[in-house]
Order: sequence, then C-alpha cells, then structure tokens
Amino acid sequence: MKKNKKLKRLVLGFLGIAVFLGIWQLAGTLGWVSTKILASPTDVVATFIDKLTNPKPDGSTLPQHIWASLKLALIGFGAACVIGIPLGLTMGFFKGMDHFFNPLFEIIRPIPPLAWIPVILLILGIGTTAKAFIIFVAAFVPCLLNSYVGIKRTRTTLINVAKTSGATDMQIFFKVGLPSALPMVFTGVKVSLGTSWATLVAAEMLSSSVGLGYMIQRGRTIVRSDIIIVGMLTIGVIGAILVFLLSLLEKKIAPWRNKK
Amino acid sequence: MPEDKVIVNNLTKKFGDLLVLDDVSFTIGKGEFVCLVGPTGCGKTTFLNLLVKLIEPTAGEILIDGEPADPKRHSLSFVFQEPSAFPWLTVEDNIKFNLRIKKFPKNVIEERTEQMLKLVGLTQQRKLYPHQLSVSAEQRIVIARSFAMFPDLLLMDEPYGQMDIKLRYYLEDEVLRIWRETGSTVIFITHNIEEAVYLSQRCLVMSSKPTTVKTIRTIDLPYPRNVADPAFISIRQEITDMIKWW
Repeated sequence: MKKNKKLKRLVLGFLGIAVFLGIWQLAGTLGWVSTKILASPTDVVATFIDKLTNPKPDGSTLPQHIWASLKLALIGFGAACVIGIPLGLTMGFFKGMDHFFNPLFEIIRPIPPLAWIPVILLILGIGTTAKAFIIFVAAFVPCLLNSYVGIKRTRTTLINVAKTSGATDMQIFFKVGLPSALPMVFTGVKVSLGTSWATLVAAEMLSSSVGLGYMIQRGRTIVRSDIIIVGMLTIGVIGAILVFLLSLLEKKIAPWRNKK
Repeated sequence: MPEDKVIVNNLTKKFGDLLVLDDVSFTIGKGEFVCLVGPTGCGKTTFLNLLVKLIEPTAGEILIDGEPADPKRHSLSFVFQEPSAFPWLTVEDNIKFNLRIKKFPKNVIEERTEQMLKLVGLTQQRKLYPHQLSVSAEQRIVIARSFAMFPDLLLMDEPYGQMDIKLRYYLEDEVLRIWRETGSTVIFITHNIEEAVYLSQRCLVMSSKPTTVKTIRTIDLPYPRNVADPAFISIRQEITDMIKWW
C-alpha cells in the first residue's frame, strides 16, 4: 500500500516534468516561439553535454562555473550561519542581548540585499569578498530571524522543569532552549541556503569572469538562450540537491521532528 | 510524627493589589504524602510556584530541612499540569535529565534510570521519543524523571487532570508505589477530592482567594484504599462539604 503510493507519487512527479518539457519542445518545433529566443529542450541537453568539457563561448566549462559559484555561495552562506544562528539564539534567550541588538537589526532587516551593492563596491571593491558579502547579507536575515523566533518559542513549562531541578541559565540555554529551537534553526538555514543561491546571479553581475551567474549574463550578451537555460537549470538542480542534503542532516540531528 | 521536611511560615503573595495567598503556614513531615485540595482557581498553582521559587513571595518564608528553599541547593522536582517530557530526548534521556543537571555520578545515573524505567514499565520503550508514545506514557516518563532524583520534595500539580478515569486510577497506584519505594516527600495538588483521599496521608483544604489553609485533615486509612469503603466515603464527604463553593 505504502509502496504503491510512493510509486504513484514518483510517476506523477516525472509526468509533471515530462509534460512541461513536451510543451516547451512543441513551442519550438511548431514555431510558437523562435528557437533563437527560446532554445528547445533537446538543444539545451546538447549544450549541457557540450559545456561539461567545452570552455567556449563563455571562457569556462560548466564544472568550473559550478565550482566558482558554489564556493562563493557557501562562503556567504557559511558566514551567515556562523554569525546569524548564535546571534539569533542569544538574542532570543538573553534579554540584554535582545535589547542591545534588536533595534539595530530591525533597521537593517528591511534593506534589500541588492541595495547593499553600491556601498559594498565602494568599501570592498569588486573581488570575491564583495560578492560573498552580498550573499552573506541576503542569507543572514533568515538565519538570525528563525533562530531568534525558534528559541523564543521554547515552552515555558520545559524551562520551568529545568529551573526547578536547579539548572543555571547556561544549562537552560544549552539543554532546553537550543534543542527546542533546532527545528526552526534548520528552517532558517534552508531558507538562507535558497536565498544565497538566488542572490548568486546578482552578486556575479559584479564583474565576474567565471560562475553560473556570469555564464547566464554572458549567454544574454551573445544571444545564446541555450546557455542561459543551462545556467538556470544548473542553479535550480544544485539548489534542490543542497536543500535535500540539509534535510538529511536535519533528520540525523533532529530525529524527533518527524512526527508519527 | 516524622521530622519536619518543609516548613512554610506566614507565606503571602500579592500580584499588585490582588492578594492571592494570605498568611499560609504549615509543616510537612519527611516522607509524607500530602494533598492540597481547593476550588479551581484558588491559587494552588501559585502556591506550588512559590514553593519551588519560580516566583518570589511577597512575605513569609519556605524552609526545607531548615534552610530557605532553593532549587540549586535542594533537590526539588515538579510534575506540571501540562505534558512536560522533552520532545527531543528519548525516554531514558528524559529520565536522566534532572540527574545530569544535578551532576550525579555516572553510575548513579545509570542505576537510577534502570530502576525508574522498570518502575514505570518503559524499559522496552527506552529508546523511543515521547511523540511515539501515548499521552499516559509521556506522563509516566515525567513521573519517572521526577522521582529519579529521589527528591527532597516532589510537587505534582494536577498531573492527571487531562486523563480518563482508568488511566488515572492506574497512575495513582503507580505514584503511591514509587513514593513508597523512594521515600520521597510529595505535595500533590488536585481538585478531585476522591483522588486526594485515595492518595494522601494528610489533606490540606484550601479556601477560595485569597487562599488560606482552612483545615488539615489527617487520613489514616491503610493503603491500598478502597473508594467504596464507608470510612473512605465519609472522609470524602466531609472534605467535599468543607470546600463547597456551589
């Protein structure tokens, strides 16, 4: 019964993608859209295979682009986690931290990550640091916010259990607050990962010579929609894989989250 | 009469102008099982929160073994009204929680955990998480966790309020059994008079707000008690008449 359901889900999922690809292909062959503007799926697959080893016409092979982008996104994302999670957790738990940082954070929060670009360019120039910083800014907010809310939502009763058994504030933070916040921290990390991956294209507009964002930009300049689409789909697939890996990690670290 | 474990002197609590607890004094002997009964909303929970220092009294003091009550120094346990097993800990790690906070030696923690698992009948389920068990099993985890410290004082705040009769009967017997085996001192809050008469050696009858101790009724019926026993019924009736608010 359960196996049957799984199979059905898998078939439907594939069917969804197949129908989408079919319409896309038809759009080209029936001439609804010029294949010059929108490359057909078969062209895209051919370009994808070609780009695995061929650096032309944009200067690097696809694996080189992927590696460059991945490095950038992971530096920005990693920094956002390392700073955002502890800050969010301590702000959510210790009143003094909250009162000190909250007003500052509330002002910074609504500034869109892209609005940082000019000032970052002025301060950090146009190197890797600047690009990683833009991704950091984008990924930082969901990381901090979810950790903050997560630990704030710790049930008072559970804190009282620890208090009555004589726990210190630090013990309560690590043994009650932290594990209680963990599921929301993970949600934050997942959103952050998505955001950092999405900000990539914008960050790589700042004078890159390699990277998936650069490849897409380049494809537009030389009017090669197949290259643009290969770049877009690569971003999509890698993003999905990263989120999947995070979910696996979450199941390992927070197994109690999966209810019956 | 055993030596005094808990001494409550002139305990008073005000929230702003609202007087919740008015000059309450009593003592509880070592190893005694005491029930607090009173009408709903009479400040019983406030009283327990005061005892474990979750809130500070306006006046008066609480002494445990002659010293002011302090969760860091004394070993206190609290079974709250709402479910309070840690969802991220397995059954056995839940039971170990208080022992680890109090930094008991490893071998003692293991030994106590085994003992408590056996007492509440969860040895088979030791590696499961609370959400994989029933509500009553979760409450048994909490009871095991609370008794595992062999606490100086165990406070139970209507722990069976949400349960059906069958489960309540079962868990009441279980608590009595663990209480006898561990020799803990227990304060049990309930608004169920039958439960109070079934469990306790003494029953503190509280009045409506501001809460005072109306009477202390000693219940000297032998355990296990029979709810159909005429002596039992007459005590139940007597206490019911005392707190009639309808």
